[in-house]
Amino acid sequence: MTAKVGSIRRVLNGILFKLPGMITCAQFEDFIVAYLDGELTKEELRIFRRHLLVCRDCKRYLADYERAMKCVKDMSDEIKSDLADVPEDLVRAVLAARQK
Amino acid sequence: MDFEVLVRTNVTWILALANVILKDHAKAEDAAQLAFLKIHKGLDQFEGRSSMKTWMYRIVVNEALMIRRKDKSREESLIDAMLPRFDKNGCRFAEETINRETGETILSKKQQQDEVQRLILALPDQYRIVLYLRDIEEMTTAQVATVLDISEANVKVRLHRARAALKKSLGPFLAGGKF
Repeated sequence: MTAKVGSIRRVLNGILFKLPGMITCAQFEDFIVAYLDGELTKEELRIFRRHLLVCRDCKRYLADYERAMKCVKDMSDEIKSDLADVPEDLVRAVLAARQK
Repeated sequence: MDFEVLVRTNVTWILALANVILKDHAKAEDAAQLAFLKIHKGLDQFEGRSSMKTWMYRIVVNEALMIRRKDKSREESLIDAMLPRFDKNGCRFAEETINRETGETILSKKQQQDEVQRLILALPDQYRIVLYLRDIEEMTTAQVATVLDISEANVKVRLHRARAALKKSLGPFLAGGKF
């Protein structure tokens, strides 16, 4: 039943996304990096946001995409604070190799 | 700058980057050592066409990739199955969530970070390196393009695929609110 509802929604969206000023989910996908980098023009941003208003799959997808990025950022902050110790053995090896 | 100071200032990020590319600490140390020798030799000729740090990134990536290519046992996973799918009208197929375990306790912060790290290391080389440089080293698209000698458009495509694949791998955790 859920699969059937999903499939009907996709058919309706397929028609909706062909209207002027609309984009498909596949085109929306191509805009994501530029959107997050703040590189979309005003018109592109309007079209991108319009798609988000009507497509709950892309809305959920973008939210999870941003949460995944936040997981990477949190991990990155943590490993950077762990990188404070200079590996003395390696420093000595590099300085010794330079003199050869 | 005194070479010893240069080594001490940069050794940790150079070793971390080499580790991400090689996924082997001993090989990463070899790559870091070779990179420092190249940096030492090239310091006088460094012409400042790019920033000093971008130039060093490029040397480290090249040295690590040279070692990586010699590794006959390396296996590259495919990323295609991890990317979103669309029907003939360009409509997204919602991603199914795989429940790995039920009744699982919430992961500790350390476990979450280990899991994210493990999933990043499982990405194929060309995607893992771009993700690391953009999202962890926080370089710009233009800097990553210079370091890897690829176009900015290519950097964006690889970055998006890496993030999309990681999102899918993290799916069960994101959906279950464990992260």
